Amino acid sequence: MDSHSIIGTKNKKGQVFTDPHHLFFEAPRIPSFFTGSEVIKEAIRRASVDLMVAYPITPQSEAAALIGELYAEGYVTDYMRGENEFGVMSECAGGSFGGARVFTTTAGPGTMRAMENFPMWSGARLPIEMIVTCRGINSPLSIQPDTLEIYFLLETGMLVWHAETAQDFYDWILMGFIVAEQPDVHLPIAICCDGFFVTHTKDVVNLTPVDMCLPPYDPYRSPVPCMDMECPPVRMMRDPFVMKSNYISYATHASWQQEIRAAIERSRKHTIPMIGGLIESENTDAEILIVSSGTAVSQGREAIRLLEDEGLRVGLVKVKSLRPWPYHEIREATKHAKHIFVPEFNVAGWMAREIKATIPDSDRVIAGPHVAGGMTMPPEVIVEHIQRSLGKSVATLAGRGS
Amino acid sequence: MSQYSVRPGPEAFLPPAAASMGNVLPDPGQAHINGRIVPEEEAFAHGARVFLSAKVPTIFPGPLVLWAWNEKAKRKATAIKHLYDTMKECAPKGATPMLIPMPDYRPKYPKINPEVEINPNHPNLTIWHNKIDACIFVGVHCHQANLSLKIIRGGTNCYTMAMCAQAGHEDACLSFRDLTVEKIMHFAEWVKKLKGSVEFNSIAQYTNGART
Repeated sequence: MDSHSIIGTKNKKGQVFTDPHHLFFEAPRIPSFFTGSEVIKEAIRRASVDLMVAYPITPQSEAAALIGELYAEGYVTDYMRGENEFGVMSECAGGSFGGARVFTTTAGPGTMRAMENFPMWSGARLPIEMIVTCRGINSPLSIQPDTLEIYFLLETGMLVWHAETAQDFYDWILMGFIVAEQPDVHLPIAICCDGFFVTHTKDVVNLTPVDMCLPPYDPYRSPVPCMDMECPPVRMMRDPFVMKSNYISYATHASWQQEIRAAIERSRKHTIPMIGGLIESENTDAEILIVSSGTAVSQGREAIRLLEDEGLRVGLVKVKSLRPWPYHEIREATKHAKHIFVPEFNVAGWMAREIKATIPDSDRVIAGPHVAGGMTMPPEVIVEHIQRSLGKSVATLAGRGS
Repeated sequence: MSQYSVRPGPEAFLPPAAASMGNVLPDPGQAHINGRIVPEEEAFAHGARVFLSAKVPTIFPGPLVLWAWNEKAKRKATAIKHLYDTMKECAPKGATPMLIPMPDYRPKYPKINPEVEINPNHPNLTIWHNKIDACIFVGVHCHQANLSLKIIRGGTNCYTMAMCAQAGHEDACLSFRDLTVEKIMHFAEWVKKLKGSVEFNSIAQYTNGART
């Protein structure tokens, strides 16, 4: 199907297939009051999704169940339930190999169980969109937010974006399909948000009109045959090179991996105009910066307000895309900073490591504060961390009840 | 702006993907030569000169144009045959233009017959066997074309070009994008136009450029 010639026509629900640029940037927006989970549903209602595969046990987000309603209403062409998360991601691969626009949701331990599939998706150039509503991954289990699982996704060959707000989330779910499906990109995309904080709280989100939807996916623009019919019935896997042990077989596999990384790099050209740059920054001429992603950015904003009340000027960098990584953007935005604080909702501090590996004089990076396992990160904790690091004596927030 | 110049090799044990070195694909109406973005017309002229200067200029048509899976593919195949005939007609004495298909992408064991085909997983075998010093990919799926182009750059001294129906290929020494039947015919016109004006076996001028 030629996705360009279909613009202006209607789908079976009466929605008009709309040029993505018009839909995202010119069409009227309707303010609505929704939870993050409901926002996922509303985005998918407008996304011309062919197949959603769900493992609806996850308590992290109601999205899988809500999209089941969309299927019942006729907005999603097909809806399947996997017997576990590994099965879900495998079924997603089958649907995408067959030329369908595929969507799924996951979180926490389920993401980890399905992990083998993600490099397979990218290696097979399957532009599947996966929502990750981050939660704890370790035992004892938690349904509360924790962004450690994002770290595991960073080298799978997927595009990885990290939304701060429900508005980001809504826009990026729709935009993600368009970037991921570009023929020079054509990779799976993980659109992450901090579970609970985004999924279970209500916010005003400006929605695109419900009678407009994305043009359908065109599998004939794929950089690989969408389904290989050489070996009946079909071959789902690309040929492995280990069947012959020599330099060129291994070099081919290495070149294949390089091509996936190259495709991530190519996505910059499409991502930057779509989501308004890989980062957003404020007051980067300040000596102190807060750099982070997700809701840690929101808490950083509040901390900056509190610090301003105390006469301390602090800038902010919001990292929106983790893959592609905004290497040059972060180097530029942090060039004046003497102290770079990286608050994170995980114990590992992976964002701080990424930034340290990016900028000169990396001892400017002060990892933290860190919270995990569903803890909140009050802005006062960020303020305390910054002041303590600058040598000021401050009382800890944790002692307020004593 | 990228400083990485995409030139014929042999480049390295495992050369980098040009996109990872900062090279970007051309926009519509543009092409690239060695990673430098140029107007499309400049690339047509340059590509024709490369072909006319080569001893074994070769077209590698892929499955998207080898199989008659739609009317557009059939018309492109006819245009490619016309380009090949034009190359034979215009090639200087001593040159041997070739047309070698890439019919599919399966790794072939124990090895391919380089006389009759090229395979994206070990394209160097066909390049070496036939002493191909300039080639053009057309109708190859983008992922497989990038694999081939990079492996050729890594291990051979062949000047690679790509006619891509999508966004183009950074891993070729020269790449067009948004391929149409008309663009293939236009390239053939450039070959005809420059017939006799290019020194035979002078391809070294395009292959030995210093990396910047």
